[in-house]
Amino acid sequence: MTSPIAPDLPATGRMPVKPRAGVWRRLVKRPLALIGLVIVAVVLAGAILAPWLTGYDPNEQMFDGLTLEGAPLPPNASFWLGTDLLGRDLLTRILFGARTSLIIGIVANGVALLIGTLVGVTAGYFRGWIGGALMRFTDLMMAFPALLLAICLAAVLQPSLWIVAMVIALVNWVQTARVIYTETSSLSEREFIDAERTIGASAPRILFRHILPHLLPTIIVWGTLGISTTVLLEATLSYLGIGVQPPTASWGNIIFENQTYFQAAPWLVFFPGAAILALALAFNLIGDALRDILDPTQRSRA
Amino acid sequence: MSKGATSKRTGAAAPAVAVTAGPVLEIAGLTVSVRGEDGERPVVSGLSFSIARGETLCIAGESGSGKSMTALAIMQLLPQPAARIESGTIRLRDMDRREIDLALLDERQMRHIRGDRIAMIFQEPMTSLNPVLSIGRQLVESIEAHTGLSRAEARRRIIEALKAVRIPEAESRLKQFPHELSGGMRQRVMIAMALALKPDVLIADEPTTALDVTVQGEVLELLRDLQREHGTSVILITHDMGVVAEMADRVVIMRHGRMVEQGTAGDIFARPQADYTRELLAAVPRIGTGLGRQKSAEQKSVEAELPGSVAVVNDLHVHFDLRGGFFGQVNRRVHAVEGISFSIAPHETLALVGESGCGKSTTAKALAGLVPYHGDIVIGGRNLAGLGRDQRKAVRRDVQMIFQDPYASLDPRMRVGDLVAEPLLIHGIASKEERSQLVAALFERVGLSADQMELYPHEFSGGQRQRICIARALALRPKLIIADESVSALDVSVQARVLDLLKELQREFGIAYLFISHDMAVVENISDRVAVMYLGQIVEMGTRDQVFSNPRHPYTKRLIEAVPVPDPARRRPRFARLDQEIPSPTRKIGEEPPKLALRDVGNGHLVAVS
Repeated sequence: MTSPIAPDLPATGRMPVKPRAGVWRRLVKRPLALIGLVIVAVVLAGAILAPWLTGYDPNEQMFDGLTLEGAPLPPNASFWLGTDLLGRDLLTRILFGARTSLIIGIVANGVALLIGTLVGVTAGYFRGWIGGALMRFTDLMMAFPALLLAICLAAVLQPSLWIVAMVIALVNWVQTARVIYTETSSLSEREFIDAERTIGASAPRILFRHILPHLLPTIIVWGTLGISTTVLLEATLSYLGIGVQPPTASWGNIIFENQTYFQAAPWLVFFPGAAILALALAFNLIGDALRDILDPTQRSRA
Repeated sequence: MSKGATSKRTGAAAPAVAVTAGPVLEIAGLTVSVRGEDGERPVVSGLSFSIARGETLCIAGESGSGKSMTALAIMQLLPQPAARIESGTIRLRDMDRREIDLALLDERQMRHIRGDRIAMIFQEPMTSLNPVLSIGRQLVESIEAHTGLSRAEARRRIIEALKAVRIPEAESRLKQFPHELSGGMRQRVMIAMALALKPDVLIADEPTTALDVTVQGEVLELLRDLQREHGTSVILITHDMGVVAEMADRVVIMRHGRMVEQGTAGDIFARPQADYTRELLAAVPRIGTGLGRQKSAEQKSVEAELPGSVAVVNDLHVHFDLRGGFFGQVNRRVHAVEGISFSIAPHETLALVGESGCGKSTTAKALAGLVPYHGDIVIGGRNLAGLGRDQRKAVRRDVQMIFQDPYASLDPRMRVGDLVAEPLLIHGIASKEERSQLVAALFERVGLSADQMELYPHEFSGGQRQRICIARALALRPKLIIADESVSALDVSVQARVLDLLKELQREFGIAYLFISHDMAVVENISDRVAVMYLGQIVEMGTRDQVFSNPRHPYTKRLIEAVPVPDPARRRPRFARLDQEIPSPTRKIGEEPPKLALRDVGNGHLVAVS
């Protein structure tokens, strides 16, 4: 073609790229994502290896854990992060509490995300009376105070870690469902979805192959945001006596047990708070990087 | 400087009627660059041109030529912070020959220039008006921002401006909101807003691209009249050489950010110097040159009614119910398609033409199974209405669709190879390896290379993407392909090549096309038969020659006349204006639209009798 008008024929002769290959490799190449991964790994290791990492029992109230006046000890050589009001080692409690908080933050949050996505996608794609009914139910859940609902549920069921996780999932899916619904309904109006229908694609195929991948960024963002929300909701429930039962430690209940002494013993709130923050931030960093890596349009042309 | 400019305006605003010598705007060595991932890249480089008072300068070029960036640079509205003016001057002269270099002004000073001395109208009038404010409020505000006029005076000025752009019942329009007006009316409001302040220069960026042809004719003529009255200089940016020929005094042709050629309209069209200009002009589809099709096409169309038809549509109705009132009951109904019938034979291209809202796309969607309908659609001898889900899916294989916007109709998160393979996968055709061979062959067939299968849609240009859509539609070896405005979004040169590809494929595979378009020149180029739709009904149908050389229905005549001719020597006489808007297809329940009867005026040329 000698036409001076640029032909719309192949301009790039470059080798095809395998995008899925090495999501992990590309993840660890990003410094921020790597920081996130390291934090998650540390928390995970701490939770699993807790009994071997510390010489104390998380629930043991030690005589030397309190001053003579009965006040908790600030960080020192034998209690690295200090002790709590009952003379228990804070580091030990945070390490054991990581088990609870990880289960809540990952399992409860994951289940909430799953329910929210299912409800949102179904309502957004099928609309009609199914969509209407699902969304009205969602609105109802939204209008109902989540804490009150959680209290009711927890009161009826015997509180245990797993029950608490389920209760949290059951009150936390609502916002996700709303957001996913809105996005799905605007996605299903897009022309490429019409194009899929004309080639005879079935509804499950459209939903799983074409709509879900577009929802991933939203799901990831809500998933990482949800971790801190759920961890704190667990803490609230513990505080009200319907969460994880004392003396079992969780990051949330450590904060709540000690918050009234914040001024006298700030480390009691600071360390578990920092742990929640670091975990949420870590998941956020990973989520952010994943979102970019999984989006083919973010890759440059060159 | 800008203060002087505004005070000139706030005075009784003496319009510059006389065309004075000397340029009002002079651009020299303008270079605009955009910062991207791979560093700064010039999108406009070394551009110089000037425009005299009262002159119309057309900047023409294909997408990516930098024409819109030039306009934004003049207005200092470049997308921040990515784009910036790297070098060059943009000098604006007022009546007293004082000069301002717009490139040096800051945002505050520039606000006095914008709207007041240089006004701009954009392609999409809906998005350039604020949807939650009434027309009147927006117009009055724009006047108040630049002049010291009282609200009442501003209002009077606005009503005058609305009357000048021939908006009927101007006073009552002020209370209306943008969505209550049609596209053509909205663009007129934009023009009124732009001209109310009597600017020296009006920049119109593709002002009629989003409008129907008949409306386009009116808007262009309006621009011309207003320019004559006020002596405004107009910079018209367009990709449409027909519009250029119709409007331009002088033309600047741009490509890849550089000026290729400039000259008077007559010279550019009659004696183009640059190769690129010649190519561009050659690629423009023209009415009256569609000689590419053989005679045999007409004989085939006679057989169209025979059982050999690929698709027969009989008395097709598509209605959309509008709900309203407290209980959300159906109270109005859009009669999008109102009893149309046609049939398409193998190897045949039936074009469905009409303006926006006439129901042509809805007809396509009904055929493709995307909207519910009443009536009969028979594909390959099987009536879709009586079929179960699986049978319907099988029939679906025979009808494929290519959409208008190749940017929107491919899933951006799938690799193009998978997208083209998907129809085969869904219908369970071929093993995995065979599939990838088939896909590779399809890629080669539509002029892409098999290496590109691993890429994502965003890595292709518009024309390439449309080829991918074509490959996808071809994958199932359909008998009928519905092309819904499939080349409208493409540049003319690309458009010509895609049309050629479609014709080749038709010869090779004997596919029938239902070609939906608003562009009469393209339709004449590709179709065997033409059906003209108006308000959901067919008003005229016949072979291409019957419809184009002997249009019988007044609406068909209007459509053909409205197409701008890409030849400044053949500028149309004054365009016959439609005094009222095209009526709405929305009606109250129980109120049925009148049914048009088609009469044969000879050799199967059907015309509606009213």
